[in-house]
Amino acid sequence: MKQDNISPTPKSKRKKTSALKLIRQIVAAVSIAMVTLLFLDFTGATHAWLGWMAKIQFLPALLSLNLAVIIGLIILTLVFGRLYCSVICPLGIMQDVFAWFGKKSKKNRYGYSPAKRALRYTMLAVMIVAIVAGIGGVVALLAPYSAYGRIAQSLLAPVWQWGNNLLASWAESRDSYAFYSVDVWLRGGITLAVAAVTLIALGVLAWRNGRTYCNTICPVGTVLGFLSRFSLLKPVIDTSKCNSCGLCARNCKGACINSKEHTIDYSRCVTCFDCLDKCNKGAISYTLRQPSVAKQSDRGATNASRREFMTVTAAIATSAALHAQEKTVDGGLAVIVDKKKPIRKTKIVPPGAKSIKNLESHCTACQLCVAACPNGVLRPSTALDSLMQPESSYERGYCRPECTRCSDVCPAGAIRPITVEDKSSVQIGHAVWVKANCVPLTDGVECGNCARHCPTGAITMVSSDVDNPDSPKIPVVNTERCIGCGACENLCPARPFSAIYVEGHEVHRTI
Amino acid sequence: MKNKINRRDFIKKLGIGAGVTGLALAGCDSKSKEIAKTETTLTEIPTDKMTYRTNPKTGEKVSILGYGCMRWPTKSGDSARDAADEIDQETVNRLVDTAIAHGVNYFDTSPAYCKGRSERATGIALARHPRESYYIATKLSNFAPQTWSREASINMYRNSLKELQTDYIDYMLLHAIGMGGGMEEFQKRYIDNGMLDFLVAERDAGRIKNLGFSYHGDVAVFDWALANHDKYKWDFVQIQMNYLDWKHARELNPRNTDGEYLYGELEKRGIPAVIMEPLLGGRLSNVPDHIAARLKQREPEKSVASWAFRYAGTHPGVLTVLSGMTYMEHLEDNLRTYCPLEPLTDEEMEFLYDTADLMVKYPTVACNDCKYCMPCPYGIDIPSILLHYNKCVNQGYVVKDSQAENYAEARKAFLVGYDRSVPKLRQASHCIGCNQCSHHCPQGIDIPKELHRIDNYVESLKQQTI
Repeated sequence: MKQDNISPTPKSKRKKTSALKLIRQIVAAVSIAMVTLLFLDFTGATHAWLGWMAKIQFLPALLSLNLAVIIGLIILTLVFGRLYCSVICPLGIMQDVFAWFGKKSKKNRYGYSPAKRALRYTMLAVMIVAIVAGIGGVVALLAPYSAYGRIAQSLLAPVWQWGNNLLASWAESRDSYAFYSVDVWLRGGITLAVAAVTLIALGVLAWRNGRTYCNTICPVGTVLGFLSRFSLLKPVIDTSKCNSCGLCARNCKGACINSKEHTIDYSRCVTCFDCLDKCNKGAISYTLRQPSVAKQSDRGATNASRREFMTVTAAIATSAALHAQEKTVDGGLAVIVDKKKPIRKTKIVPPGAKSIKNLESHCTACQLCVAACPNGVLRPSTALDSLMQPESSYERGYCRPECTRCSDVCPAGAIRPITVEDKSSVQIGHAVWVKANCVPLTDGVECGNCARHCPTGAITMVSSDVDNPDSPKIPVVNTERCIGCGACENLCPARPFSAIYVEGHEVHRTI
Repeated sequence: MKNKINRRDFIKKLGIGAGVTGLALAGCDSKSKEIAKTETTLTEIPTDKMTYRTNPKTGEKVSILGYGCMRWPTKSGDSARDAADEIDQETVNRLVDTAIAHGVNYFDTSPAYCKGRSERATGIALARHPRESYYIATKLSNFAPQTWSREASINMYRNSLKELQTDYIDYMLLHAIGMGGGMEEFQKRYIDNGMLDFLVAERDAGRIKNLGFSYHGDVAVFDWALANHDKYKWDFVQIQMNYLDWKHARELNPRNTDGEYLYGELEKRGIPAVIMEPLLGGRLSNVPDHIAARLKQREPEKSVASWAFRYAGTHPGVLTVLSGMTYMEHLEDNLRTYCPLEPLTDEEMEFLYDTADLMVKYPTVACNDCKYCMPCPYGIDIPSILLHYNKCVNQGYVVKDSQAENYAEARKAFLVGYDRSVPKLRQASHCIGCNQCSHHCPQGIDIPKELHRIDNYVESLKQQTI
């Protein structure tokens, strides 16, 4: 890894992008495209191919105790510096995109600022405490990959789906089955609001100051920053060539180059190679050499914009929920009232979660499972202790027997991989009958739709009056066989509240 | 006439002349003949091309098309099988004349046919031709138990000779053994009263040339009869066989036996088979649209029924294939098929068996979208579901199993199309079976049953259990 960047020629104003930077840009573009596709693909086709992209994210890997990935990322950082932040982290890449636009509008807009060590380590401490204490909401708010996931799932996916639906209606007019339309469901008002605010705040910050978030708030950035100080390869300023023009510092999105003192704060350098590119004198190179002046001094004033960001973030947590409105208009058909979510004593979490506790302690609320759920079951929780973490409910669909997508995609070990066969014997809850809603009793008609659709045959229709075999038939649930999939609840004709609904199990059992 | 020419011009403009031969032939001035040449694909039926099979015992040549005399036309134009009015003897004569002119020489009747009127009508028509120019098949039928006595049975036999105006029967059958009470009834009807022995003696005496039986129902009787082949020396056996019954007879009706078995047992013993129900009571002629299209696509200029007749005739052990032809058009169509018979290739056989699989497993629902069943109080869009299903059946998107060649495509088309045609909340999975719809249906469809069946199919596609 010698100086393979081409020395810039002072004559030409338009400089050729160095090979290192070009590689970084290409890898980053591919990487963010792949991760984003994971969130957008409602067909589940890419999950098998690209699922690993989510699994190499630092925090999910840490929470799922995926040692291979963690060690890999540590080695990567110890060798190359915080390359992770430049080519793997989708939130980082997203900020680079905004920053790129920012630089278009105003050249050389950045400058050196001392590290906010206190803030960084406080945030890291908060994160560690939150993980240990199982305060999912805090983890979800701070984790970079989760922040990106929310943006992709809440803001990008609907656009993608609307686009798909346009294609689908075109396909339908051509009698083609190449595209099918999907319900665009803006689930989780809180998540949507958080995603929108995150996007705007990060966008503005990145536009103006580059990687502010990464070097102040992001706990992953802090951890990797600690490691990258000792990395083998790093950008080094050759003081014999440097004329202290400060061009590098004014183009450093990490604000980590002190051009006056010829020092670089490697804990904040995200290895973007922009400085190598900018330096007219070829004074900066990415090498094994240790910098001649090692000491860094980084105490300074708090950046106003950072404070602004923190205020905004705090505001998010208390922002009100938006209710997604949906309406279907029908011709001469009977009106169907939308189902309402019953009050469940215990919430339902999908098969593979093992237990509510396991889910809450591992989940980073990245929304990948929510994005992947094709049945309208998973949605982000609105409860404070598990804010934005997934939970199941069956108003729009039920946890179908052939589907294991959430468990396939979860990178954090919150929903562990499960096979279709295993799923059929995992009790995530049990069905409860609500006499007052049951249509054979209220409408005097035959029904049995719950029993007909129960995949485990746990529901039997019996005469409501023991002594009268001709009395209306009502369902009875054998809770030993019930797996809590919600087919009965979803397909129950009683509306808005079903006559049979699922109560979750705190700990999932195997039949 | 002017009217006809106008119509012809109109049709000509549409360019579908080939399909409207009947109209073209209706005009008979010189001009219309000229046009007829270009507007018809139907040529004259040759009178000397009939395919014949040889009776291994007598060496006689039997036409592969046998005339089933159970559906002679009545004056009202219906089949005398169902209608009570007088048989139209003039038309019967014309049908028989046309048949014989084109080489048909096997006429199958029974004392039971046409409410007991078939033998007489058949006899009248046949007596106009030399006796040696045709073979008569009739039966010792089994009506009510009071006809089972030896005396009544012999009377029945003698009456057949009288009605058919003959002193010998070419092919005599025990009628429909295995029906009703199975072995017990067979024993009472033909064995205990000595009638089988009587018929064997009549054969020895030459008044019966060939003795056989027709079989329906309990396979134990069929097996018993064949087990005693050495004793009775069956000259032929009449069985139900067609491409649907070959493998699916039992499936369609547990009392029936697959044609594959029946024919196989006969072939093993070298007994010629006479085939009845080659069209399965018309079900292989009046097929669902998609089946008709499938068959027509392969042979656009041949009738749907021709496939069934070619199928039956292709089996080499078949002596003749019976068709109860009420109308001249039926006779003509069958003559076209058998003058001469073009046997099916192996590939065509497979094609028919695949067709049979489709017919058995996924018949269309008889919904014609009248919407009398609507609105469903639970919001189901009944006609849309049934029409989507039918559409998929017609397009071949309803598959039998995951081995189907177009499985992936069919699965996608069915499921995607389903969501397009019917909003999720109005799909069959929400049918609770309250059955408030069925009695509104003029087609008599058991709507909840059909919806649940379709829902099961959707589930099996979604779960990929088929």
